[in-house]
Amino acid sequence: MKKMITGNRAAALGSKLARAQVVAAYPITPQTKIVESIAEMVARGEMKCKYIMVESEHSAMSACISASATGVRTFTATAAHGLALMHEVLHWAAGQRLPITMVNINRALGPPWSVWVEHTDSMSQRDTGWMQVYCESNQEVLDSVIMAYKVGERADVLLPTMICADAFYLSHTSEPVDIPEQKKVDDFLPPYKPKYKLDVDDPHGFGSLSMPHQWYMELRYQMAEAMEHAKKHIPEVEREFAEVFGRRYRAIEPYRCEDVDYVLMGMGTMADTAREAIDRLRSRGEKVGFVRLRTFRPFPVKELRALARGIDRLGVIDRSFTFGYEGPLFTEVKGALYGTPQPPEIRGYVAGLGGRDITVETIEDIYRRLSKKKWKGEEEWIGLKMEKR
Amino acid sequence: MRYDELPPGPITFLPICDAQRTGTWRTFKPMIDHKRCNHCFLCWKYCPEMAISTDITIDYDYCKGCGICAAECPRKAIRMVRE
Amino acid sequence: MTQGAKKGQQEVRKEKRPTIPTEEYVTKGHMACQGCGAVLAMRYLLKALGPRTIISTPACCWSVIHGQFPYWCLKVPVMHTAFEGTGASISGIAAALEMRGVENVNVVGFAGDGGTADIGIQSLSAAVERGEPIIYCCYDNEAYMNTGIQRSGSTPYGAWTTTTPGESWKKRPKKNMVEIMVAHEIPYAATACVAYPEDMIKKAIKAKENKPAYLHVLAPCPTGWRYPPAEGIRIGRMAVQSRTFPLYEVDHGAYRITARPRTIPVKNYLESQGRFKHLTSDAMDYIQQQVDRRWAQLEGKAGSKLK
Repeated sequence: MKKMITGNRAAALGSKLARAQVVAAYPITPQTKIVESIAEMVARGEMKCKYIMVESEHSAMSACISASATGVRTFTATAAHGLALMHEVLHWAAGQRLPITMVNINRALGPPWSVWVEHTDSMSQRDTGWMQVYCESNQEVLDSVIMAYKVGERADVLLPTMICADAFYLSHTSEPVDIPEQKKVDDFLPPYKPKYKLDVDDPHGFGSLSMPHQWYMELRYQMAEAMEHAKKHIPEVEREFAEVFGRRYRAIEPYRCEDVDYVLMGMGTMADTAREAIDRLRSRGEKVGFVRLRTFRPFPVKELRALARGIDRLGVIDRSFTFGYEGPLFTEVKGALYGTPQPPEIRGYVAGLGGRDITVETIEDIYRRLSKKKWKGEEEWIGLKMEKR
Repeated sequence: MRYDELPPGPITFLPICDAQRTGTWRTFKPMIDHKRCNHCFLCWKYCPEMAISTDITIDYDYCKGCGICAAECPRKAIRMVRE
Repeated sequence: MTQGAKKGQQEVRKEKRPTIPTEEYVTKGHMACQGCGAVLAMRYLLKALGPRTIISTPACCWSVIHGQFPYWCLKVPVMHTAFEGTGASISGIAAALEMRGVENVNVVGFAGDGGTADIGIQSLSAAVERGEPIIYCCYDNEAYMNTGIQRSGSTPYGAWTTTTPGESWKKRPKKNMVEIMVAHEIPYAATACVAYPEDMIKKAIKAKENKPAYLHVLAPCPTGWRYPPAEGIRIGRMAVQSRTFPLYEVDHGAYRITARPRTIPVKNYLESQGRFKHLTSDAMDYIQQQVDRRWAQLEGKAGSKLK
């Protein structure tokens, strides 16, 4: 059934349809409506779950970790500072191999205080062992919550997933979303039945000490292998989702990239704007396409290499930055394409920090820069107000 | 244990008494004089290693020689002897 | 009062049966120091609560005492967590058990004084404020012992620690966690000491029926308090006898002192441990005054008259 709902509402509905059993969450702009929506659904008896109203995001994730270890499906949501506050235990969730799903509304980190969109918050967590997807629509947010459990709960994966959605553009903007029927979701996503859990009838210890000579490094290697398994299972689940629900998602989603010399790349809601810009540019005869990167962890090396074959230049747009170096997407794309025969020239652009708007003109400007013959070799910051005396 | 026998993540499943005999930590060994002992169970009660059984015998494989049993025995039936 | 009782020795009793349950839920071979009080805290707690118990423990001595993966030293399930979140962790476990339809399980947060009074106080406070169906047991060795004896909010006035060394010995009072819990209108909170296992077990059983409940257990530490390991129980006893660590419970707001052993001067307690050896007699007099003042306050709350 199609309804006009916000990204926050989509996230909450995704958790309800996925039958999350324990939710522990703390409010933070712009995610507050997710927790309020869940609280309402629980109060009305529409969602059978225990909602723990924790006192901080660190506690939210800590509660989810222990609840998940007790063998139930868990969900939480946060943004920016809340995500940063739970950083310590994000490592714990992945290290303990718990398939928690979290919606992160991408918001800039202060100071200065900003509630608007930026990807630095989730980019900062890319080392934690969480799978990451970046959504460009409210539909995708809802669908991704359901798919995340299906991938994460596999015995050979058992990793948590962070579903990233741009602040306000998705969280607070209403879009038409096809809300799947509960029965269809139940058939697609069976109940969570882990082999090991906190159980007085089968006692184990979870998370204790491990020595240098054994087995810490092996357990970490096991996690790396789990990500490799995820790389295989994510497209399988995406295909199955398309068969059941009629919507197909991919790790990277190229737009009009056939027979082009140049391709622009970005994540999140800028994709929609970029596609508009691509149409305009192409109507003027420019040979350019756009690719949206959806799955950031595990990083889609194979798919990027396949895309990059035969293009001359790739312009990566970062909505985040790693101070002292460059935008993380730029770095990672370069790394993925290093060593391939005839890789494209890769240029980087930083745009849209702190919620600064990425418009069609912004994308056209980036294309102009990508088209210039010479390039300083450094990532360029777009749209700065740089008047000087 | 082999790599392919690892559980998914750090999940413990074996009792530590199988892995190490903490009796090797000892410097002093408690010796019970059973003629003086009146079976009051105080040594059993206070042993942090659970190394004294309810029939008041010491499991020297695990006794760390802390001496609490000797200190608490009201009949002074336990002596700490240097090993 | 005999000389022996002054120095904290056992009052000779002829016990012919164990006065506490005999089942063990902590196995031999664990990694604790010789004479560790924290082990006794866990041992007695589990004797009281039984096998239908799930323990959640943050970073603390007990993170290491279990031993290394894949071994562990308990017979009940244990969840290890990061330092701050015991209160959140046990809330999560309790919620999950409810959703799974599992009943009659004691969900227990078992943390040191650091993970309770300092870094863990926020999540504990929130769990109690929410009225979670849990038991929280703090084993108090009065410093961050696992990381090497650094001071905590629970370190008593006068103590040496590695972060309050020499002239910087701790000149701030010990945080009173039981009072903090009582301020949350907690159903049941109590102090206990590993030297008084019967008292502790009685209180743990009461805690089972009055959740959320808080137990604050004094766990002497030979490594951090600087005494020969054999003295541990005697020192725990002296803490109670000197009224430095009164044994009491607060049951739905009603205070009751649960042990009134023959009193000894605080000086005897302080002199038994190396961590107090720098104290002058003026400092010890001051400590005696504070102990007396607090005891009088406690007596007042317990409704009994001053002796």
